[in-house]
Amino acid sequence: MSEPTVITMLINGAPATIEVEPRTSLADLIREELGLTGTHLGCEHGVCGACTILVDGEPVRSCLMLGVQADGKNITTIEGLADPISGEMHPIQKGMHEAHGFQCSFCAPGFLMSAVALLEDNPNPTRDQIREELGGNVCRCTGYKTILDGVEAAVSIKSGDNTSSTNLAAEVDR
Amino acid sequence: MKAPPFEYHRPSSLDEALGLLAELDEAKILAGGQSLLPLMSLRLGRPEHVVDIGDLGILDSLVVEPDGSVRVGALVTHRQVETSAEVAAHAPLLHAAAPMIGHRPIRTRGTVCGSIAHADPAAEMPAVALACNAAITAVSSRAAREIAAADFFEGYLQTVIEPDEIVTRVQFGPWPRHRRGAVVEQSRRSGDYAIIGLACWLDIEDNTITDAALSFFGVSDTPIRVAEAEDVLRGQAPTQSTFSAAGRTAAGVLRPTSDIHASANYRRHLAAVLTERGLAKATAESGETR
Ligand SMILES: Cc1cc2nc3c(=O)[nH]c(=O)nc-3n(C[C@H](O)[C@H](O)[C@H](O)COP(=O)(O)OP(=O)(O)OC[C@H]3O[C@@H](n4cnc5c(N)ncnc54)[C@H](O)[C@@H]3O)c2cc1C
Repeated sequence: MSEPTVITMLINGAPATIEVEPRTSLADLIREELGLTGTHLGCEHGVCGACTILVDGEPVRSCLMLGVQADGKNITTIEGLADPISGEMHPIQKGMHEAHGFQCSFCAPGFLMSAVALLEDNPNPTRDQIREELGGNVCRCTGYKTILDGVEAAVSIKSGDNTSSTNLAAEVDR
Repeated sequence: MKAPPFEYHRPSSLDEALGLLAELDEAKILAGGQSLLPLMSLRLGRPEHVVDIGDLGILDSLVVEPDGSVRVGALVTHRQVETSAEVAAHAPLLHAAAPMIGHRPIRTRGTVCGSIAHADPAAEMPAVALACNAAITAVSSRAAREIAAADFFEGYLQTVIEPDEIVTRVQFGPWPRHRRGAVVEQSRRSGDYAIIGLACWLDIEDNTITDAALSFFGVSDTPIRVAEAEDVLRGQAPTQSTFSAAGRTAAGVLRPTSDIHASANYRRHLAAVLTERGLAKATAESGETR
């Protein structure tokens, strides 16, 4: 129906029941109805990657899913990465911070969610694997190097290895 | 960049879905949405009704049959195919093509059957289906029918599927033991649609090519097999010079057009290059002598 439908989903661990018009994308639902504006919208047709979120743990473009299709799904956005109680940043956030991953950061939420999905499947990716997996996210500031460094820093942080800043120094020539 | 309004339907059974498609005008099936939703956002598509088949659990199976054929239900995603060891073993071309499609978040939702039904001539899956002459099953409230991939594609985004039909599955026949295949493509950036690509296989017995398929995408308004170049391969030894001869023939036969991405001449050049590269890759990966 083109009338609003009521859907229920888990958003960053919390249940939400909400009315949504069929033509509203999941991205617009998250930003405008739920007020979670951390998810950014760039191209709105799946090409730029800024709106990438996790649905049932898998990365998807939230601009290419209807809000109504999120009924019964478990959604994670950038707001769901930090520890909800202590507020401690997720390793990928710490890694990007350490490596000065971004400049303007418009693309950051999409990159971070793509990187989280990658590290979930492959906790110790090679530089090429990171490059391949993040190939669907566009950044117009950095030239990507510092973003790849940030993912590598996150890998070190996750594995409890605190030498990541030395690794970065060794990588300057790469 | 917002989709125009439409009526949304989410049937919970195949019969209900088929009933809706039979009775509604201007209805579109929504599978993964990775082609339909961008078209709607760009307002290139304005269906009045969208029938979401996402709840039809009966369509979600990915099965290897006892005879080795692989059955891919309508809800099976590119990502499922990409990560399945069974698909790698029994439908190697399908498995090889999947990671070339867009990027991972596109593959999380995009479906193999949706890609075939959408029939973008630059897409990988239609060309793979054609290379393997896969059987596509379409069901409506009137009847069920099986369509060979060779009879399925009619033109740019055009297939023989009627508006009231759902593609319920695509079935890839058993992959013979002596068959070697590969998918190769040239695109501007990794993850982009190909400027041109090739899904190919060779049957090799006693160092002789007994049968071959060369199925190109991005060179015509449908995926296209080049019988003349396949003929060049049959009966020959699988050598570099045989592959080059087939590539020259393919480049001579194909009539690609020029567009913003590449000129017709460049596409013809790439057809020859990809034929050599694809056949070399197919035979190299199998450990066959070249
Ligand atoms: C950024 C981006 C990059 C992409 N890159 C590539 C690429 O490199 N190569 C490539 O091949 N594709 C690419 N795609 C498209 C992707 O492969 C889609 O998944 C695929 O084309 C359609 O599958 P879907 O399940 O998403 O179908 P949908 O978008 O849901 O549907 C597409 C069309 O097929 C019809 N349809 C779908 N399922 C059925 C069915 N079971 N029966 C009858 N009709 C049906 C729909 O009505 C609609 O007309 C890309 C998409 C994006 C957004």
